[in-house]
Amino acid sequence: MQESVPLNYYLILSAIFFVMGAVGVLTRRNAIIIFMSIEMMLNAVNLTFVSFSSYNSDPAGQMFVFFVMAVAAAEAAIGLAIVLALYRNQQTVYVDKVNLMKW
Amino acid sequence: MSLEIILFIVLGVMGIASGFVTITSKNPVVSAMALVFHFFMLAGLYLNMHAQFMAVLQVLVYAGAIMVLVIFVIMLLNLGDEEKLKEKFSIRTFVAVLFGIVLLIQFVIIFLASSGSNVLKESNIGSVEMIGNELFTNYLFPFEAISLLLLAAIIGSVILAKRKVD
Repeated sequence: MQESVPLNYYLILSAIFFVMGAVGVLTRRNAIIIFMSIEMMLNAVNLTFVSFSSYNSDPAGQMFVFFVMAVAAAEAAIGLAIVLALYRNQQTVYVDKVNLMKW
Repeated sequence: MSLEIILFIVLGVMGIASGFVTITSKNPVVSAMALVFHFFMLAGLYLNMHAQFMAVLQVLVYAGAIMVLVIFVIMLLNLGDEEKLKEKFSIRTFVAVLFGIVLLIQFVIIFLASSGSNVLKESNIGSVEMIGNELFTNYLFPFEAISLLLLAAIIGSVILAKRKVD
């Protein structure tokens, strides 16, 4: 029996990925890079799902990853369409410059 | 050290490095390319856990479809570097990094306390056959519902992105 990676390592790696995505959302001002950071957070959660699924021999986790991917694809299409509409109306994608509802 | 552990370390370190480039690069195209690399590393990690179908989907859907869309939008908008707006930079970055460190510490405490099985059993739950079997029996209704969501997303994105026709 070969030794395998403990489950905790995968969970901590996915936590690092998630935190990197969260910091990216908070620090960056470019809407597209914020969007990519959100994709990174979704992927970190997917990694957690797959690792639990594999280590517990339960296919439910991989099913959830399948649905998360489908929702992420829908979100990508809609989000980028919103960025395009934003650029068309405001000539910018920097979220600091989009302050119409700020007083 | 078994091959599995070596692969985990290599993929993990490269995933962290490419993720770091993604969130720090000033150029959006470099950022997107680093994210594609990050997604490939995640696909490798899935393969390491015997989840073959998820690895293939990761490359096809994320590295293929979604990132092509993102890069296409970056090219379309012709974005320059983010250098021009540097004001109020330091305090925001400081707070965000502080938040990130606190969040990471919480995650690590929780995950170290959890006691799951630490041995990866030989199984075929990641194979296409098992996934398809589950998908079309136990998860048939969510599968159909997700197709409706995708249809709504297609129509919505077309309506949002189209120019006003007078």
